Formats: sequence, C-alpha cells, structure tokens
Amino acid sequence: MIKVKNPGLETTVQDYGRIGYYNVGMPPSGAMDKYSYTVGNILVGNDENAASLEITYMGPVLQFQEDAVIAITGGEIPPKINGESVPMWETLSVKSGDELSFDFVKKGARVYLAVAGGIEVPLIMESRSTYTLCGIGGMEGRALQEGDELTIGTNKKQDVKEGTSLPDEYRLDFSGDNEIRVVLGLCSYRLTEDSKKRFFEREWTVTTEANRVGYRFKGERLHFMEREQPFGAGSNASNVVDLGYPIGSIQVPDGVEPIALLNDAVTGGGYVTICTIISTDLDKMAQVKTNEKVRFVSVDIEEALQARNEYRDTVEKVRQFVAK
Amino acid sequence: MSEENKVLSPLPGIFYRKPSPDKEDYVKEGDPVKKGDTIGLVEVMKNFYEVKAEKDGVLEKFFIENESEIAAGQEIATIS
Repeated sequence: MIKVKNPGLETTVQDYGRIGYYNVGMPPSGAMDKYSYTVGNILVGNDENAASLEITYMGPVLQFQEDAVIAITGGEIPPKINGESVPMWETLSVKSGDELSFDFVKKGARVYLAVAGGIEVPLIMESRSTYTLCGIGGMEGRALQEGDELTIGTNKKQDVKEGTSLPDEYRLDFSGDNEIRVVLGLCSYRLTEDSKKRFFEREWTVTTEANRVGYRFKGERLHFMEREQPFGAGSNASNVVDLGYPIGSIQVPDGVEPIALLNDAVTGGGYVTICTIISTDLDKMAQVKTNEKVRFVSVDIEEALQARNEYRDTVEKVRQFVAK
Repeated sequence: MSEENKVLSPLPGIFYRKPSPDKEDYVKEGDPVKKGDTIGLVEVMKNFYEVKAEKDGVLEKFFIENESEIAAGQEIATIS
C-alpha cells in the first residue's frame, strides 16, 4: 500500500492507454510521455503495460507502507526519499515507512513513478488509465487526493537489480530546442499559402490552457482560403464537415490559437486540422511547459516512420541494458 | 536575505494577486500575513493554484506584477 499524504497538482494513474475504442469516441488517455513511462516499467521489471503514476509540475508526497522497488523517469522534478535526494532513471528500493517527495520542477513537465508490480486499479475497457473528463479508470476516475491508498499490483515479470542506472544516452535530453515534427494534413488545403508558411516560420507559445486534453498556443492569426462553406460544415471558415481527429492533430478554431489534441481529447468534430504531431514527438510535447515556446517542423510520413523505428530500437536497447 | 523568507512559485503559469479582477488584492506590500494565508494565484492547466505564505510575518515586497507570466521556482515575494 502507498498512502497519499499530498496529491501534488495533478497526479493520475496511467498505463499505455485505452487502445481500440477511438472509433466509438473514447480517447486513449494513458501516459503522455510514453518513452519515460515505458522505461520506468523496464527499470522495475514490470510488464510494459503496468500502471504508473503520471506526475505533472508538482510532485506528490507518498508514504510507502510496504517495501517496494521503484523508478522515477521523465522530466526533472527532483525526487527525495525521507528528505534525501535520490537519482532519477535508476532502480531504487524503498522500505516500509519511507516517504517520497519532490522538489520544484527544473526541466520538463511530467515524471513517471513506476512501482514493481504496477499500481492496481480496476481495468476499464482493458486499461487502468485515468480519463478524468468522463470520470473513468485510475483511482475512481480522478486525480489522486490526500488520503488515497494505492495498492501495488502483480504485473511484475522479473527482478531488476537495485542501482541499475540508465546511461545518459537513454535519458531524456532537454538541451535541444522545442522542435515538434508534424505531418501536414488533413485539412491544410484550407489555409492560405501565406498562413501555412507563417505557421512553420514562427515560434508558438504554450498558454495556460495546456493539459492532458490538449495544448493551446499563442502566436498570430492564421487565415483560410475563401470559399462557400459546404453542406454539413459550420459557417466559420475554420469549420469543415465532421471528421475524425488524429491524436496529436492541430486545429485552429476561427484561425486563432492553434490547439494540439492530445491523449484525453475529443475524437472527432468539425474543425480544420492542419497537421498532426508525429507519434514520437508527442512525448516531447508532453514535456513542454506553459509559457515555453515551440516551433513546428514539417516532415513527410517516411521520416515519421523512421523516427518511430529509431524510437523502438532505443526502447529495445534499454530492455537489453536492464536485462544484462 | 535568508532563503526561508522567499515565496517561490511551484508552477509555471500566469500569476494573479487577487481572487478575481473586481476584487481587492489578497495582500498588499507591508501587510501582516499568517502561515497558510493565500497571497496569490497561479493559473495553469485550466486551474488556479493558491500560493500560500509558509510563515507568519510581514509581506515585504512582491517581485512579480499581477497577470504576468511566471516560471516554476521564480520568486514571488518576500516575507520578513
């Protein structure tokens, strides 16, 4: 059992996601930064779909009421056990009675706490992920609250030696710029050539409206080609006939403030989506904070698939490193 | 100045000194504050987080203006 003494800002139970129900309007939820989540589970020897805690900006204070093996991965929200700093990206053992807390966020926005065995909550549509908008999954469909007691599950595959520490090359690197790769479409044809150019030229600032549902950006107004709106589309130039929204798609209601739709977003609707963030860069997006700037870079589908293959190779190398 | 006198923001977002635009500031420079008193709000993730005084004293100075951007770890005020 893990007792929640302070929940932090928004700490939720997440696994890989509620996959396979998008067609009936159920978004996947799940860990926003899949890489950090997956590596956390590998470092504690878990099944790779075991549930972890996703911690955003402000860490919780958790008291372990049994011995446990844990790993903390992701952005830099420095963890402490009983007030002493402990490393991230490393297999740690905690004793019954130990208290885990966190310092102020230094880099990134989210960290993952993996516990050997996983966090045990009921499966809803084959997933333990929390979807707070509908109030399902995770801990009673909501973020953690003070006084919650988390049960440690049995989703462990193997023992990992305490002190197993991931080499730097496999840890997230925050030294680069916030370049987010996107593939153009589905409705980029609706933008004027000039607006399409400007979208990729300028920096966009993440507003305070940025959470698991989506990230809203400030920059400049974008303009759409003039046309007579077709039957079934709304009257605004940013409306189209309803379509499914790809995960990571960017829409621009009324041409102001683009919104990237993320893990907990609505699955379809009638706004122009001008491009889609490639799957590997969704992890990067999840680690960008409010008030930070990003730049979008257009890539083709081949480059997106290559990035995905490289990502899978890296995860496989991490698996092999930890198994050694 | 000792670190303990500093009030730091745990979150990035927009900082507000008052509970709503037509209300008075939570606290003015020179006012006494008690541990647990709210001294401002940080807006992030479509929510408002109350920043509270961590000790009794006098709020000496604010280092950030109402409705401006704030970074995690940025100094908001000092309490002496």
